[in-house]
This record gives sequence, structure tokens and C-alpha cells, in this order.
Amino acid sequence: MGGIRITAWLEERIDLWPIRHLIQKKVIPVHRHTVWYYFGGMTLFLFGIQVATGILLTLYYRPSGEEAYESVQFIMTDVQFGWLVRSIHSWSANLMVLTMMIHLFSVYLTQAYRKPRELTWVTGMLLFGIVLFFGFSGYLLPWNVLSYFATKVGTEITGQFPLVGHVLMRLLRGGDEVTGATVSRFYGIHIAILPALTTLILGLHLFLVQKQGMSVPPVVERAYRGQPFPTMPFVPNFLLRDLFGWFVTIGLLAALASLFPWELGQKADPFAPAPAGIRPEWYFVFMFQSLKYIPAKIGPFEGEVLGVLGFSLGGLFLLLVPFLDKKSASGEPSPLFRSIGIGIIAYIVIFTVLGYVAPGVK
Amino acid sequence: MKIALRVICFGLLLIATGLISLPPAAAEDACIDCHKSLREERLNRPAFKIKNDYHLARGLGCQSCHGGDQTALDNKAQSHSPAKGFLGKPKRYAIPESCGRCHSDPQYMRQFNPSIRTDQVKEYYTSVHGKRLREGDQKVAVCISCHDVHAIRAVKDQIAWTYPTNVAETCGGCHGNAEYMKAYKIPTDQLEKYKQSVHYDMLTKRADLASPTCSSCHGSHGATPPGVDSVANVCSHCHVVTADLFAKSPHKSAFDELGMPACVTCHSNHDITQPSDAMLGGGEGTPCATCHESDSAPLKKAAELRTMIESLSSRIDQATATLTRAEHAGMEISSPRFELLAANESLIKARAATHSLDVEQIKTATDSGLVVAQKSLESGQGLLAEVQFRRKGLAASMLIIVAVLVGLFLKIREVDRRSGSE
Repeated sequence: MGGIRITAWLEERIDLWPIRHLIQKKVIPVHRHTVWYYFGGMTLFLFGIQVATGILLTLYYRPSGEEAYESVQFIMTDVQFGWLVRSIHSWSANLMVLTMMIHLFSVYLTQAYRKPRELTWVTGMLLFGIVLFFGFSGYLLPWNVLSYFATKVGTEITGQFPLVGHVLMRLLRGGDEVTGATVSRFYGIHIAILPALTTLILGLHLFLVQKQGMSVPPVVERAYRGQPFPTMPFVPNFLLRDLFGWFVTIGLLAALASLFPWELGQKADPFAPAPAGIRPEWYFVFMFQSLKYIPAKIGPFEGEVLGVLGFSLGGLFLLLVPFLDKKSASGEPSPLFRSIGIGIIAYIVIFTVLGYVAPGVK
Repeated sequence: MKIALRVICFGLLLIATGLISLPPAAAEDACIDCHKSLREERLNRPAFKIKNDYHLARGLGCQSCHGGDQTALDNKAQSHSPAKGFLGKPKRYAIPESCGRCHSDPQYMRQFNPSIRTDQVKEYYTSVHGKRLREGDQKVAVCISCHDVHAIRAVKDQIAWTYPTNVAETCGGCHGNAEYMKAYKIPTDQLEKYKQSVHYDMLTKRADLASPTCSSCHGSHGATPPGVDSVANVCSHCHVVTADLFAKSPHKSAFDELGMPACVTCHSNHDITQPSDAMLGGGEGTPCATCHESDSAPLKKAAELRTMIESLSSRIDQATATLTRAEHAGMEISSPRFELLAANESLIKARAATHSLDVEQIKTATDSGLVVAQKSLESGQGLLAEVQFRRKGLAASMLIIVAVLVGLFLKIREVDRRSGSE
């Protein structure tokens, strides 16, 4: 009753037709690949959790070399439910990268990037890059031994980039070394620059998704031969399913945070030797492991430089795939790009596993 | 004009070529070259061995010790000429003086290392080795016995015979050889015993180069067995606090009167094992029981000290175990673990204070340690209680989440059915 009144009050002042239209008319195609549609919403939900828990953490976190570790320790031990908020923030970040990867590759393999959704794909890829940078910058903030050395190695790899590498590394570190200044810088990037960029690009991404509707895989389109295929209303049928998935995620996060609270480890000591088995977050492990297999010198070139260039070209390829895959754009099957996609997934999975089972190659 | 320019350029190129000189070929050494080609192993071995020698790397070749002329290539008469000061192989008794010609000359040695010692030969003749050498004993150690010959390395070189981790084996080469030492009628089990000691473990397994080896207690160039009077002084070089506490204890005068060496009486010498609290008290095999009768007042006092120390030790163990359990359950324990260090420090102080036999001093240390250990234990127990609280909280939230999921499931079925019927 109250809801109707508020809606009527708003209706008198603002034209709510577009929203009402969206709620009434938005439909979701139903076919054997419908399950992949949930991962975009799941990623958005986890991003919401990140924002909420991140805001709570900023109330106590202090971004400096002297206080960062102690403030996180205070959050974990003295702040009421601080352990829960921090653990959910960390676990949710990892789950978000995972769901985003699933979303990205499901979109790739169902060729949802094809015309007219090129911009949706490009904005999605930009969001993926931002999320990885979110993870990289957030990892350093507790200022513990693992995060310190992982950031040192990570920024060193950035420094390998031809021409701009050294400048980029100094820009990231706020100097020649990873210090308290890097923590302050990463904090600024993590809570201001990246969220601002995300808001802009995510807004555009969601707008495009609403404007263009959900993509149907070409294989399904061909199967129906122009006949209308079954759909379900977004509200309430699909939204209820989304909610179901979100509650499962909340349960999973609660269990992970309670049973496996995110460790704090030892405070970073720049003068201590790097402990054995230093490894970045799992989503960077495939790149880290690949660099270990590349010889130090390939002809006249530094192996690591070539590796970094290779990853950059790989990223560029993914970003531009809608413009490279001409067959998909014209509605034809595109087995080459499909095989490339499967190859990339296999490469990421295999090298990530190798990073954990055979870490010491060199 | 162009031709003139070309001529000038060519001229400059020629001048530059003239200025660039090739590095001269390595100077040939008559001794090494010739001895390498000799068939007899005792004559060719030095020529091959010397390539890693510390002296050779600094321009001091064979001639420096053996005399002769190392520039006389393919000319044995010239290179072995007595006129050129050829000495041949120095006699064993002459080796310290031979090395001392340089090593005892501060002015000469300064050019290589201004802070190097130059009193080694003098000190050597105060050692048992040096004294016996002067008496004509040719079996005792001389410079080359410990520093090698022809492949002499700096003491800081990890494969030098005199590097701290290698010293025991170097000394043991003779002192562990029962056949070689037979005439001297001294034990030859020191090396085996030392290898069972805590000092050997520290030195070789934990790479603590400050841990003592043979030369730390016996001296190197002036090597001699420490006498009963000086044992405590030797140990006190490292164990300063313990030695001070012992010096103030009633044991000090008693040991002196009985002519018993201070530390060695309870801890032994070469096979000093990790001391334990079990050494205190009157049980069989304890050091106290070797002098004091059972049920005597000193043994009762020792048992009392042991009880105090063991109660602190077990409380620390209990706190550590509880904190470890909390850590394994994912709790943040760095703060109580850090506090527990103070209890461990008190335990170390209490154990050291047993050398003073001062009950009050030991009690003060154990009491303050117990307070800290108890606090850490309670922190650990609190953290374990928090783990239980979290698990109960998780169970309650799971019930709510499952209830919501069931509700959503039913609602989805309902809306699907309604959509299907429309």
C-alpha cells in the first residue's frame, strides 16, 4: 500500500514510464545456454558487497607503511565483526574475479560480442582490467610480507614493459622501491580512481545491456531458424533466480569468512629476505608461472620483456575480438575464434595449476 | 679536399691502432711449467694444486718459499741454483720460521692487509705444538698442517681448512687418529664427542659461526688445553651472564677447594649437550647427584628450583599450544604470541639463575613469567571461544539463508507456474 503511494507520488513528479516499461517488457531468452546469463548479475552483486564492505573498512584502515598492518590487525582483533567484514571483502574479491572470468569466457564462447554488441564487450573487457587492478592494489594494503613481496615482483614485471616500463613502475611505486608511499598510492587508486572509473564504465556497460537486451548464441538462433524462441520475464522470474544465486553466494561467503578467515600474516619488512614460495594472487599465477618458463634471453631480446609483451598482445587481442572475428559479425560459425578461446582457457587453467603444483621452475 | 680528408682519417686510424695495445700474455712460470710435466706425483702435485693458492693470486709464487729463479724457463740449473737462493723443500722444523719470514714482518704484511696479525709464529712457540717442535718432535702440527700447503686459502674462504665449520675436522685429522696420537697418550675421541655437542649443531646445522669450535677454547696458533683454573674463563667469553651468576654462587668456592673445573664438572667439555631442566635435582645421572647425597638439603633445593622452572615451562607450552590451535582455526594471534615472548625471556633468566643457586632470584623470574604466560593462555582460550561463537553464528545464519532459499525456490515455482498458465 505504502509502495503504491510512493510510486504515485513519484509519478506525479517524474516520468517513471521507462522503468515501468523495462520491468514489464524485459524478457530473458530461455535455451540451453541461459545459465551463463546469471554470472554477469552475480559479478555485479559481488561488486556491491565489495563496495559495502570496503566502505566499512575505510573507517578503520590507515594507509601508511607505519600504520597499515597495525590498523588491519586492529580491524581483525578489536573491531566488532571487523574480522567478518575484512574476510568477506577478501573472499568476495576473489569470487568476483572468478565469476567475472566465467562471465567473460561464456560471453566469448557464445560469441555474444558480435555485432551489435561490440561496445558492450569492450566495456566489459575494460571492467575486467579494472577488477584485476583492484585486486593487485588491494593485495598490498595489509602491508604484510606476502603482499609486500608480491607487489615488489608484480611492479618489477611492469617495469619490464619496453620504453614506458620504468616510468610506469616508478609511477605505481611512488619511487624506486615499494615503500609506505606505495601503500598510500595504492590506497588512493583502490578507493578513489578505480571506483570512479568503474562507475562510469559499468554504467555504460549496464546501459548497453538493457538497451540491446540479452544476446542469443548463434547456434541457438540457427536452431530456431528465425522462429521466436521461448523467453521468461525478467521481473519476477529471472530476478528471483538471480536472488536465489545471490543468497547462495551470501551463504558461501559467510562460511568461507567464518571457517577460513583471511590471514594477516607477518608485517612487511623491506630489509628481510623474500620468503620462499612467493606467489601473486591466484588470478595472476598463470602469467607469473609462464614467465618462469621463458628463457632469460631469446635471441637479442630479454625473455621477460617478450613475455610481458606477449600478455599485453593477448589482452589486446581479447579487447579487439569483436572487430577481428568477421564471421561471427555476419552470423556465420567461427570455429577458429572458438578454438582460440578454448585454448586460452586451457592455457590459464594449466599454468595456474602448474603454479601451485610445480612452482619452482627456474 | 675529399682526398685530404680521407688521408687524415686514415692517418688517425693508424695512430689509433698503434695506441691500442693487446694485453701481454700471462707471464710464464718456470717452476709451475716444468713441475706440471714431471711424472712423479710428489713433484707434479704442487704445480697443479697451487692454482687456487691465496699467495699465488697476489704474485707470490713458488720462489717466495722455495727460493730459486722462477723466470728461468727450461733451465733447471738456473732455476734450482743455490746462487739464486734455492732452498728445495723446507724441513718440517723450519716451516714456522719460513712462513714467519713474511708473516712476522709487520712492514711487509701491511702492503697486503694493514690489520693482519704478525705474532702467529711467536704465539705458536708458546703452544704445545710449538714447544714439542722445538724439542725435536716432527709429528706435531706446523703451519701447513692446518692451513694446507700449495693450496692455502684465506680463513674466510668457506673451503679453507681453517674456516670455522672445518676447524674440527682439521684438528681431528691428527687428534682423532688413535694410531698417529698413540705416543702422546691423550684421548682421541674429542672429535666424535664434539660432533654430539650443541655447539657443533649450532655451528654446522644452524650456520652460527659464533658457535665455538676447537680453536675457540684451545686457541689456534697458541693451542693448549685449558687448565682447571681457566675453563670458566674460556666459557665466559660467550656465556657472560651465566659465568657471572656462577662466580657469585656457593659452588664457586666449593669447586675451587676441590680442584674441580667450573663449567665442565656439570656440562662436560667436548660433548656438551643441550642443557635441560632434568639436569636439576637428585635423579640418577643428574650432575647434582654426582656430588650431593640423596635426600640431602642441596638436592631438595635443586628439586624445588626444578619444580619452579618446570611449572613456568609447562605453562608456556600450554599457552603456545592453545594459541597454535587458535591460529589453525584462522584466528589472529600475533599480539598474544608476541606477549608470550616475555614469558620465554623470564624462563631463560630463571634457567640461567640456577647457576647462582639463589631461590629468590629464580622465583622472581618464574613468577613474572607465569603472569605473562597465564595471560597469553587466557587470550588463547578466549580466541578458541570466539571460534565457537563464530561457528554458532554461522550455523544460525545458514538456517536463515536456507529458509530464504526454500522460500525463493517455492516462489520461483509459483511464478513459473503462473507464467506457464498465462
